[in-house]
Amino acid sequence: MADDAFVLGGTTYSSRLIMGTGGAPSLDVLERSLTASGTELTTVAMRRVNAGVHGSVLSVLEKLGIGVLPNTAGCFTAGEAVLTARLAREALGTDLIKLEVIADERTLLPDPVELLDAAETLVDDGFTVLPYTNDDPVLARKLEDVGCAAVMPLGSPIGSGLGIRNPHNFQLIVEHARVPVILDAGAGTASDVALAMELGCAGVMLASAVTRAQEPVLMAEGMRHAVEAGRLAYRAGRIPKRHFAAASSPSEGQARLDPERPAF
Amino acid sequence: MSRTPSTTTDAVVVGGGIIGLVTAWRAAQRGLSVAVVDPEPGGGAAQVAAGMLAAVTELHYGEQTLLGLNVESARRYPEFAAELSEASGRDLGYRACGTLAVALDADDRAHLRELHALQRKSGLESEWLSGRECRRLEPMLAPGVRGGLRVDGDHQIDPRRLAGALVTACERSGVVFHRTWAERLSVVRGRARGIVLADGGELAADQVVLAGGSRSGQLAGVPDEVLPPVRPVKGQVLRLTVPKRYAPFLSRTVRAVVRGSHVYLVPRVNGELVVGATTEELGWDTEVTAGGVYELLRDAHELVPGITELPLTETRAGLRPGSPDNAPLLGPTALPGLLLATGHYRNGVLLTPVTGDAMAQVLATGELPEEARPFTPRRFSGASLEQPA
Repeated sequence: MADDAFVLGGTTYSSRLIMGTGGAPSLDVLERSLTASGTELTTVAMRRVNAGVHGSVLSVLEKLGIGVLPNTAGCFTAGEAVLTARLAREALGTDLIKLEVIADERTLLPDPVELLDAAETLVDDGFTVLPYTNDDPVLARKLEDVGCAAVMPLGSPIGSGLGIRNPHNFQLIVEHARVPVILDAGAGTASDVALAMELGCAGVMLASAVTRAQEPVLMAEGMRHAVEAGRLAYRAGRIPKRHFAAASSPSEGQARLDPERPAF
Repeated sequence: MSRTPSTTTDAVVVGGGIIGLVTAWRAAQRGLSVAVVDPEPGGGAAQVAAGMLAAVTELHYGEQTLLGLNVESARRYPEFAAELSEASGRDLGYRACGTLAVALDADDRAHLRELHALQRKSGLESEWLSGRECRRLEPMLAPGVRGGLRVDGDHQIDPRRLAGALVTACERSGVVFHRTWAERLSVVRGRARGIVLADGGELAADQVVLAGGSRSGQLAGVPDEVLPPVRPVKGQVLRLTVPKRYAPFLSRTVRAVVRGSHVYLVPRVNGELVVGATTEELGWDTEVTAGGVYELLRDAHELVPGITELPLTETRAGLRPGSPDNAPLLGPTALPGLLLATGHYRNGVLLTPVTGDAMAQVLATGELPEEARPFTPRRFSGASLEQPA
């Protein structure tokens, strides 16, 4: 889809699916799932991997030629997140950072105050900041205002598989944003992903929906198709919803039966 | 039993952890002359591991092939433990106490019900219990327990005692220990011929078994195409002590998934209570961290609130040898004379009996037994995850 580029932090991607690695049952399954998903960018928790070690998650990404998007999962304060982001930049040589500042362990919801604070600091420090945020249109706008390269609202809590609980907020965020809006967290199955794309999201980020599925590789392939289907539907423009039926085979389109020239 | 000394050993085993030791012991029992190279035989991951023999409660989607090997090894355990106790004159702390896997909230409960369904589909024995039934079995469990799975077939052993007993059994069956590092594999005319030792010595051998745990991919001289794709996966483990006045505290292994992370409590007869374990991809790092200890205690406390009264006697981190598909690599490689026994990941202690039997058979006869054949290292040839550093 050359005419439908997905640009994030100055790089153009042909896949709009960003994958995560958390919860993968094995490196082998992870590798096959990533391949099946068609992803070109995958997020890795910097607190749980060591960039200097080969044979682990980062080696799989290197082998598959997939870009690494470091994230700050597990941070509870702006200070920790900023520190983790700087260590990630040093270790991986990338300015990209998926910024996560979590408010509490039970819900894993973002802490909006700390998030905005960290985003501002990191943007000033030259990072390309992709913040994991609440589905709050006001906060999304503020994150964009401080210079984030995208906003990544949650559909529902991380790992919950509850889909997009407030599609209306997503619509509000997408309508206002001048940066890409990426669904982050909550996707449970393919229809959740298709809905996000139909609502105008530029991409989808997911991990658990694939890694914790009974057949992760199959689900990864399903998600790839869902992103593509949802994007195509969004670009095509859906029909208005009607209360009553509208015949799809009007009379002017019917074949005329000529008794002189039988059709078959 | 004494052996005629010869310049060439039948088999040299690199790595004296439980996998290397059981390989050496079983091979010596078949009449082979065997040497083990390790600066500290009986050390390694077994010094940290909890020793759950959990073929059933550790079942995961997509690991049905591994399940077959796990179940077979669990089946052999009682006899193996009895034979090793006899051969070494040591008690292994083998305990047929069973395991109780519980759920602490509705989400965990749904997860556990799914595991139960998978267990039944796989023909495994487990029984679903209500929260009250769980707490009747183990009164120290938190009141919030919503239900659980009782698996009487998942036993435990003390891995430290297991390692010590294997060292003694090896010594008694004539295995020669070289207490130094292996420096390099000798390859002559396309065949593994022995090991060069760090102290300068050389061991000539007809066959070399690489059983170096998480370090198995590190031995110099091993050609890239047969180097095992094994990586270290860090696990932090705590040891508490149950004072006599609280005994038995817990009477079986208790485990749960708490918000996605696994926690287990393994009570030993001698009063030790093992709490584990984190899973971290941090390379060779074996630091114990505040976060690791906190998370383990937090989750264990949620499961069994009374643990706060117990002395915390040890904190330690070890390295699991992880393979790309979480299953071990057993048997001959593409390099003649070089065999692997590594990559056991979470299941090293459980797979000790079946690994020893399989490796001894392939060393003595050249043929892997049928149950070990799916685990040939050749399944990774051409698809190694190792990248040049």
